[in-house]
Amino acid sequence: MKPFFERSARFLHAPVSQGPRVLLILAAILIVVAHFLPLWNLTMFAPQYPDGLRLDIYDRALVGGHGGQDLKEINALNHYIGMHDLAAEDFTEFKWMPFVLGGLALLFLRAAVLGTIKELLDAAVVFFYFGAFSLWSFAYKLYVYGHDLLPTAAVKVEGFMPPMFGYRQIANFEVYSYPRAATYVMSGVALLLVAALGLAWRQRSQSSS
Amino acid sequence: MRISRRVISWWVAGAVLLLVVAVSQCAPSAPQSTRRAGVSDKAIAAEKTYVAPGDLDEYYMFSSGGHSGQIYVYGLPSMRHLSTIPVFTPYPATGYGFDDDTKAMLGGLTWGDAHHPALSETKGDYDGRWLFINEMNGRVARIDLRDFKTKQIFGPVANVSGNHGSSFVTPNTEYTMMATRFSIPIPKGTYAPIDKYASEYKGVLVGIKVDPANGNMSLGWEVLMPPFDFDLGDSGKLVSDGWMFWSSYNTERATGKLEVTASQKDRDYIAAVNWREAEKAAAAGMGDMIGGVKVLDPRKVPGLVYLIPCGKSPHGVDVSPDGKYIIGSGKLAGITTAFNFEKIQTAIRNKDFTGDEDGIPVLKYESVKDAEVPVGLGPLHTQFGPNGMAYTSLFVDSAIASWKIGEWTVIDKAPMSTAIGHLSAAEGDTVSPDGKYLVGLNKLSAGRHLSVGPSQPESSQLLDITEEKMKLLYDAFTEPEPHYAQIIKADKVHPIEVYPKEENKHPLAVWDVAQAGVTRTGNKVLVKVVAVRSTFTPTSVEVNEGDIVTIAITNIEQTTDMLHGFGLLDYNINLVVDPGETKVVTFTAKKGVFPYYCTNFCSALHQEMQGYLLVKPR
Repeated sequence: MKPFFERSARFLHAPVSQGPRVLLILAAILIVVAHFLPLWNLTMFAPQYPDGLRLDIYDRALVGGHGGQDLKEINALNHYIGMHDLAAEDFTEFKWMPFVLGGLALLFLRAAVLGTIKELLDAAVVFFYFGAFSLWSFAYKLYVYGHDLLPTAAVKVEGFMPPMFGYRQIANFEVYSYPRAATYVMSGVALLLVAALGLAWRQRSQSSS
Repeated sequence: MRISRRVISWWVAGAVLLLVVAVSQCAPSAPQSTRRAGVSDKAIAAEKTYVAPGDLDEYYMFSSGGHSGQIYVYGLPSMRHLSTIPVFTPYPATGYGFDDDTKAMLGGLTWGDAHHPALSETKGDYDGRWLFINEMNGRVARIDLRDFKTKQIFGPVANVSGNHGSSFVTPNTEYTMMATRFSIPIPKGTYAPIDKYASEYKGVLVGIKVDPANGNMSLGWEVLMPPFDFDLGDSGKLVSDGWMFWSSYNTERATGKLEVTASQKDRDYIAAVNWREAEKAAAAGMGDMIGGVKVLDPRKVPGLVYLIPCGKSPHGVDVSPDGKYIIGSGKLAGITTAFNFEKIQTAIRNKDFTGDEDGIPVLKYESVKDAEVPVGLGPLHTQFGPNGMAYTSLFVDSAIASWKIGEWTVIDKAPMSTAIGHLSAAEGDTVSPDGKYLVGLNKLSAGRHLSVGPSQPESSQLLDITEEKMKLLYDAFTEPEPHYAQIIKADKVHPIEVYPKEENKHPLAVWDVAQAGVTRTGNKVLVKVVAVRSTFTPTSVEVNEGDIVTIAITNIEQTTDMLHGFGLLDYNINLVVDPGETKVVTFTAKKGVFPYYCTNFCSALHQEMQGYLLVKPR
């Protein structure tokens, strides 16, 4: 056992080459870019809404289509089935997500400057944990909104799970849910991190062989 | 280093590929439904709706004008607007509400919320005699289809508040009906705090008797009911003749935010009223005096009213052409229920009740229903075709579902644009529906026409129902608001085009220019005017300031379409006198000189058809 830990400790403290560092700086930049782009989009069509009702989800806000009117419209409709209003103040995510994204960008820069495998790995682990947590939290929010319906609602419907990815018919609505630019940018960040780790791994194998 | 570069290029390629695949997955720009809501074959639709210039339509459609207070007449299948019949609202185009008679008929109200037109029936079929229409201020009007004119406005009727569940007629036009939608403490003028709503506010159901000879309406009977919101109705026919059915919501007897408080019970009621019993009880002098009329209390007249539980907050209740089924649609339920009239009678005989509401027995739902038809979301109203076909409008789905009585399965669904309320089939609420055409009466028109600003028209969509698959043929944009319509085969209606001279018994009519002129009795001045191309005789009238002037104009033309208008400037007077008709207007003279002229184009010298009212100062 001991040799393994010694070996891994040595590996972790090994400096990374220029390649991974460049990728990390790129990842930090992309994270900042993601902050300005929508993460996800929900689009709903009904006979009454041939133009569709659109909702863009950012790391810091919900933005309704048609100059914000769509969010009001969605809330007006949802009250018939007793769904809670989609209100920004109910989403703590909008407070901590930009903060965490900034933190991640700093972690990447730290890894790029200090430049050991350890910092790189830490940054990657925190990033993937954050990514997975965010997706779970999004799914959980969708579930809660679709199930926590007021018992006094005019129209009683069974609790439902809005689609997270793809299309679902919910009552008279065609609901589409797809990731938007920021999520793709974040996927890009993930790829960059995997590439940086891969390069670092290769660099270690080469130096040890 | 070489390997690393290759690895990187693989990663980049993979990432780009993934992004391309992912980005291509996004919400479409248009719903699947718009692809469905069009005309499938334009050439066929055009041919089926095209009525060539000079040709006549096959059906009349009388569409309610809602809060415009009018009735709009359309021709089917062209969907051309043929004329407007003013009923509850003054209409300068025909001079309605400006002459003494129609002004008196309007009774000081200048609006009415007209909802449900009902054609008179004989043996359950349209007979083309009269058209009735209700309005919310407790009134029902009768239009004579001989001249398409409003002949009587009956009401406001005592104790009725918010007359929505109206004007449905019985199979031989014995009655046209009324019902309270907004219960109040009765008689009108009584105060009771809103928290006493459940016990001290009352609804009434009313039968307005129709004279079979002339259509004249008078009060038949009133029935006292709990404060439910009575919504729509239909009379029984054939086997169920003698019964009247009304849907009701807010059987919670709630107040305040009704969209929540009145939507709590899973079932509301259809009130089944044995109107022959009501007639007998009224004839026997039963009932308590309320608001100057006798009101029957169901507790004291057993067998008068029963309540049938129906899907949540029902809107439409419609009796099938054979009279055997009562179709109730709970607008907040996803089903339409078919109640069996025989089973209702059996349940009444066996006292198969689950309780009562203020002494009115509630029948057991399971004992009286035959089927629940899964028509779709927001079912509102049902019309019928031949061979047991039924058509139910779906507000939430914005569609029409067709289904068959006895089979209880949905056959087809036609999308409507958008938010359909009622629907009307060709003679679709009679004992022998024609099929052929169905019109969806939509609440919104949703961008399917050139934009006309924020005040948008409604829409009426014509469907071909000759085949199993319903086909959209035509979009027409109708004025607010088509709550319901009646479609009658054109050959059942026989309008006159001029009023025959020999029928004009008006005491102030003059048919000879020699008899036209001014007569004075004290400060009352009577002016008999003859209107004929292209002169009003007399051509000038001289009176004194403060005189009470009565002008009686007779249009002595006997030619179709030769109408004359009589516009008197600065007096807010505009009469339109049809050929052979006499109209009278009375006003107080104010000093000065005021031109009068023909407002309705008549002839080549129409512009010359003018005169002066000369009023001398005192």
